[in-house]
Amino acid sequence: MNKTCLHQKHLELKAKMVDFSGWDMPLSYGSQLDEHMAVRSKAGIFDVSHMTVFSLVGNQTEQFLSYVFANDIAKVKNKNKAIYGTILNNDGGILDDLIVYSCNGKYWIVSNCGTKSKNTSWFKKHAIEFSVDVNLMDEFSIIALQGPLAKEHIAKIVEIESASQLTAFGVMDFKGGLIARTGYTGEDGFEFIVPRDVGIEIWNKAIELGIAPIGLAARDSLRLEAGLNLYGNDMDENYHPFESGLGWTIDFSNAERKFIGRAALERIDSKTSKKITGVILKDRGVLRPGYRLQSNSGEGVILSGTFSPILQKSIGLARVDSCMHDKATVIIREKEFYVDLVSSRFLKQDKIMK
Amino acid sequence: MREIPGDLKFLSSHEWARIEDDGTVTVGISDHAQDLLGDIVFVELPEVGKILSAEGEAAIVESVKAASDVYSPLSGEIIAVNSLLEDNPEIVNESPYEDGWFFKIKPDNLDELADLLDAESYADSCED
Repeated sequence: MNKTCLHQKHLELKAKMVDFSGWDMPLSYGSQLDEHMAVRSKAGIFDVSHMTVFSLVGNQTEQFLSYVFANDIAKVKNKNKAIYGTILNNDGGILDDLIVYSCNGKYWIVSNCGTKSKNTSWFKKHAIEFSVDVNLMDEFSIIALQGPLAKEHIAKIVEIESASQLTAFGVMDFKGGLIARTGYTGEDGFEFIVPRDVGIEIWNKAIELGIAPIGLAARDSLRLEAGLNLYGNDMDENYHPFESGLGWTIDFSNAERKFIGRAALERIDSKTSKKITGVILKDRGVLRPGYRLQSNSGEGVILSGTFSPILQKSIGLARVDSCMHDKATVIIREKEFYVDLVSSRFLKQDKIMK
Repeated sequence: MREIPGDLKFLSSHEWARIEDDGTVTVGISDHAQDLLGDIVFVELPEVGKILSAEGEAAIVESVKAASDVYSPLSGEIIAVNSLLEDNPEIVNESPYEDGWFFKIKPDNLDELADLLDAESYADSCED
């Protein structure tokens, strides 16, 4: 089983550990609902070092990324910025979702943990014609500081003022690694992609400051409440970005840019494709992946489901027929329950309801 | 982990049964079970008057993580349910052996108790 450099710290904090794609990771340190609310109301710190870090080196790195990445890397060229998007296969199916970090000429990628070997082969295969070196940065750790108080805490953790000045998706160099204003919770926050010893320092300081450690269970309910997709649940190689709620990350604006998957996507009528919608269960219970949705206007299936601590109701993401809207029923243990189909930005839903 | 009260009998599927002085039996899930499930957000209880068979499905407990059936340790008739759990399911996490009980049954046959595990055997079965 793989272990991050913070493994011992998790055990000391009495985390319940779980096998996550071959990594022994903290599921929670007590109550996942308490951890969830700590991130929504104050701040929390996450060890997400199981995720994969690549660094790309070569004069034609931008051309390479312009070819393999479906969002347009030109948006962050010569800027210290991060950009979210997907890599696609030739049929337009999603191989992975990832963030590319551009910082002072460096290009780094953070992608999922379960897709590591697949991505490594894919990048290396396509990097040959651009003479780009694809390096796995296994000796790095990734730590996320997330929550409304993240900005106050960061100055104390890294002891440099400029980190709190980063704008959304901004990136800066830090001790041989990077700090970026990115995250996966729907809250303000920062992510550190740093050498292991720096990662341990950051973690220890955060814990000393009383910032709550957050496990993967709360990470999942936080991302789902924010309407953020999870690879393997809400998207995979069998579906293209338009039927995965990620049409906004596909950039066709430069007609010259022949990225992998473009030709296939251009043949698709995105208006009639299936779509991803948010789902709120009107009754008590919890939506789970695989539950079927039905209505007069179409049908669908739950991809991810959880209990939303903010809405105090079960929420989920579902892939449904394009014409399906407003209301549907879901079958749970052979019984029918009512659901509302809503924007997947559940946090905004909460503000509307209040 | 909480200490397991010695007067309880268990199914290996983590339900406990306690014989009360009046001969009725109170049923709940173990501390180990609530710990495995994590934060419990929903409990579906049976209706009073329902007839249960030993090891038959009696209730459903859902945590953020998973849904799980709760089986009845003994056969009998449901005579009371803990309706507090409908609005406060977290009580099962907080007090699995006391306030977090699920239902009470009037048992058909107390001889069925012999088929249940005592606290020590149950604790051993959790370690396997």
